[in-house]
Amino acid sequence: MENLLANSSEPRTQPVALHGAVLRLTDIEKVYQTKTIETVALNRVNLTINRGEFVSIMGPSGCGKSTLLSLMGLLDEPTSGVIEVDGRAVTSFSDRELAGLRNLKIGFVFQSYHLINDLSVVDNVEVPLLYRPGMGSKERRKRAVDALDKVGLSARTGHFPSQLSGGQRQRVAIARALAGGPEIILADEPTGNLDSVMGEEIMGLLLDLNRQEGVTVVMVTHDEHQALKTERVIRFFDGSQVG
Amino acid sequence: MLLSYLKIAWKVLMRRKFFTFINLFGVSFTLMILLVVMAMFDQLTGNHAPEKRNDRMLFISRITEKMRGEDGWMMNPVSSYFTDTYVRPMHTPALVGLTSIVSNATAFTSNKLLPLDVRYTDGNFWQIMEFDFRSGRGLTGAEVKQAAPVCVLNEATALTYFGTTTDVVGREIEIDLKRYRVAGVVANVAAAHLFSYADVWLPCTLSKDYGGAGRLEGSFIPILLAPSAGQVQAVRDEYQQVMARVPISDPKHITNLYSNADPIMASISRELMPMKHGLDGDGLAQFYLICTALALLFMLLPALNLVNLNVTRILERSAEIGVRKAFGATGTHLVSQFLVENVVLAVVGGLLGLGLAAGALALVNESHVLAYANFALSGSVFGWALVLALAFGLMSGVYPAWKMSRLNPVAALRGSGEQK
Repeated sequence: MENLLANSSEPRTQPVALHGAVLRLTDIEKVYQTKTIETVALNRVNLTINRGEFVSIMGPSGCGKSTLLSLMGLLDEPTSGVIEVDGRAVTSFSDRELAGLRNLKIGFVFQSYHLINDLSVVDNVEVPLLYRPGMGSKERRKRAVDALDKVGLSARTGHFPSQLSGGQRQRVAIARALAGGPEIILADEPTGNLDSVMGEEIMGLLLDLNRQEGVTVVMVTHDEHQALKTERVIRFFDGSQVG
Repeated sequence: MLLSYLKIAWKVLMRRKFFTFINLFGVSFTLMILLVVMAMFDQLTGNHAPEKRNDRMLFISRITEKMRGEDGWMMNPVSSYFTDTYVRPMHTPALVGLTSIVSNATAFTSNKLLPLDVRYTDGNFWQIMEFDFRSGRGLTGAEVKQAAPVCVLNEATALTYFGTTTDVVGREIEIDLKRYRVAGVVANVAAAHLFSYADVWLPCTLSKDYGGAGRLEGSFIPILLAPSAGQVQAVRDEYQQVMARVPISDPKHITNLYSNADPIMASISRELMPMKHGLDGDGLAQFYLICTALALLFMLLPALNLVNLNVTRILERSAEIGVRKAFGATGTHLVSQFLVENVVLAVVGGLLGLGLAAGALALVNESHVLAYANFALSGSVFGWALVLALAFGLMSGVYPAWKMSRLNPVAALRGSGEQK
C-alpha cells in the first residue's frame, strides 16, 4: 500500500472525480430549545458537497460549524430540512439504518483524536470494521494495517495511544476514519490541537487522501491558512452561510 | 467481535483496579454466601450416602392432633404400634423402614466419657439406606425381632472407643451400662442427614418407646421406599387414604388427625412453613418461592450497587461510546459490549466466590459445628455458581448498558452524559 505521507509535499493535482452530490443539505434548521431559551444554531442552510471535493468550513466559535458537521455525519437530526446522502433522504431512517450508513459511508476525524486508550493502535483502527456485518477478524486486521500503512504508522500497530505524539495520534485517527473505506471524511478541526509542523503534516495527509483516493473531505477549521489549501471554503456566521 | 469485547473488558477491569476490586468483592462475597447455603441444601436433599435414594424415599416425620375447643395442635413422631398397624400393611411402598428420632446415650472409655447420639432402627432401614460400610453389616430383621443386643457404630465412635476401626466387628461396647455386640462399622454420617445420622444404631425393639399399643404418638419415623421415583405420589396418596381410616383415640379432646408421607424437602418445608398440617399442601412451592425471593433480594442489593458504579463508569467512557456510535455501532452493539464486560466481571467474581465458598465450607467442616459435616461443592453447585454469576452480571449490567446505548453521540463525544 502506498504511503501517502511520502507524497504530501508534491504539488497538488486535480481531484480524482466529480460525480455529483454525495451530501446535500436543503433548508436545514437546527434549534436548541431549553425551558427558557431557544437558540438557533443553523438557519436555513442549503449546501451541496460533491463527490471528490475537499471543502473547508470556516467561521467564528459558536457559529454552528460543528453542529453542521454533526448533521452531515448523521450524528444529530435537524429541527427541519432534508439531508440527502448519495441522493437518498435520510429523514425517515431509523437509528439502526443511520448507524449502518455512517459505518459504510462516513469517516470521522476529531480535534481531540478520541482514540480509545485501552486499545492498541491497530485495535483502534479496527473499530469501524467491528460493526461491518460479516467481516472476519483476518480481513479486519488486514484493512486496519493497510490504513495504518497509508498514514505511515504501520510500525506502531502494537503501541497504545498514550505512547504516541499528538501528530501520530491524529494519524491513527485518520487511519481509523479510512479503514472502513468511506466516501466522505468529516474532520472537525483536525489540526486544532497540533503545532504548525504537525498540522501541516496532517493537512498534507488529508489532501493526499482526497487527491489520490478520491475521498470527499469536509473539514471544519479556524485556520485560514489551511482552509485556503482546500478547493472550496464555506463561511458561516451566526448559524447562516455567508460565503 | 467477542474477542475485541473481551480484550477491552479485561483492559477496563485492569485499568480501574479499585473499582474492579469493589465489584469483585460485592459479587464474590454474595455468591460465596449463596453457594455455601446451596452446598448445605445439596447435602441435605441430594442423593448422598446413606440417603442415596432420596428421590424415592418418603418420611412420616410426625402426626398432628388438633385439640378440641382451642387452637392447639399436638405434634409428635409416631409410635411403632402406629407403624405396624397402619404403615407396614400399605401396598404401594416397596419397603417400609423405621427409625427413631435421635436420643442421647453415654459410653465410657478407659479414661473419658463418650456422649453418643443413638438411633433405633428396624432391619428394613438398613436396606433402604445405603451406608458406606467400613466393616461388618447393618442390623438384620431377625436381630431386631429378637431384640438382640447388637449395634452398628460410626467410624469416629469405633475409633474413640476401641482405638481402631478394624477388627471391631464382634467386640462389645457398653452404652448406658448395657453391652452390645458390634455388627458393623460405617463411615461417619453428617448430622445434615436428618433421618439417618447417628453415632450408634440399635434395634428399635430395644427402645423404651417401642410398642405403646393403642398409642399413635411415639418417637419413631417410618420411612417408605417407593418402587420408583414415578410412584412416589401413589405412595403419598395411599398414605392419605390410610390416615382417613385411623380412628381418633380421644374424641373428647381431639377433633382431627393429620399426617403426611413427605419427600425430604417437603418434610422440611412442612416444618418451616407455618400451619401446614396437611390442610393446604406441604408448603413446598411457597418455601421455594420464599427461598428464591430471598436469594434474589440478597443479590439485588450488591447488584444495585454495581448498577450505580457502572452508570458512573459509563459516563467516564462517554467519549468511547461517542466514537463507537460515530463509526456505526448500534444500540445493540453497545449493549452487548457492556454486558460482555459485566458478565466477564461477574464470572471472575463467581469463580472467586466459588473459591471462597470452598474455603468457608472447609472451615465449617473443620469447626465441628455440625457433627461429621462434610459439605462440599458438587458439580451441581458449580453449575449453580455459574448460573448465579451470569444472573448477577445481567442484573447489574442491563440497565447501565441500556443507558449507555441511549447516549447522544454528539453529547457523548463532548464528554457529557446527555441522553437522547
